[in-house]
Amino acid sequence: MRPERAEGVDEAIVERLLAGDETAFSELVTAHHSSLLRLALTFVSTHAAAEEVVQETWLGVLKGLKSFEGRASLKTWIFRILVNRARTRGVRDGRTVTFSALEDPDGEADTLADRFSAQGRWIEPPAMWHEQDPEALLLRRETVVCLQDAIASLPSGQRAVVTLRDIEGVEPPEVCTILGITETNQRVLLHRARTKVRASLETHLKRG
Amino acid sequence: MLNCREVTESASDYVDAALPWRARLQVRMYLVMCRFCREYVRQVALVARMLRRLPAQEPSPEVTEDLLTLFRTERE
Repeated sequence: MRPERAEGVDEAIVERLLAGDETAFSELVTAHHSSLLRLALTFVSTHAAAEEVVQETWLGVLKGLKSFEGRASLKTWIFRILVNRARTRGVRDGRTVTFSALEDPDGEADTLADRFSAQGRWIEPPAMWHEQDPEALLLRRETVVCLQDAIASLPSGQRAVVTLRDIEGVEPPEVCTILGITETNQRVLLHRARTKVRASLETHLKRG
Repeated sequence: MLNCREVTESASDYVDAALPWRARLQVRMYLVMCRFCREYVRQVALVARMLRRLPAQEPSPEVTEDLLTLFRTERE
């Protein structure tokens, strides 16, 4: 887990960047570049497009440094720039990305629908997962791939939320700010995403 | 009265401690009694923890060098 930023740390980084401190910039890039790429892939279809979007984001960050007010964290601010760039690029490439839970293609569709009786009791209960340690589970390459594939197949809104919340560990209010969605919307999308990812992992683990 | 399907629908919020306290208490009591729902909720929490530990890639030296060039250009 990334540690909480102390107050003033973001401002200190911005000052160093404005003063031309290259180490400060490489540290920032190392801290966020791969997360930005992951998030960009929610909006654009190719890795190449994602790389371009992230490049444009860093440019936007550098150009906008003087106007950083510290109202949101530096990370949130950078991620917002990315979302704006990626959305524009996605639209240009013909993708529509919507984060409204109402427009989420899953809508009323229920991943678990046929596992419950009409009274809401389990007909097909979850199999016990014998391995309970996340690190141990992730030792198997196929399990990592299963999770990555499951994330990649999610509708955009669900993918963006689960990427920010569960993969990147961004706090709920900041996710709302970055994506421009309500808290309720975010929780619905996250619920749907986790439900799907769990189901994929369950299928994968059953195969042994 | 809650049923298992309703509990699974609240699983994500429960794991995040995002339910109002009454609902949280209801779910908690239900989980004491239903091992299937207990296992389900545990799996949702486990998935979230696994996602947090997915390997990230550091940017390649080429990418870092390109970005440093960008940085120097912007400083002018």
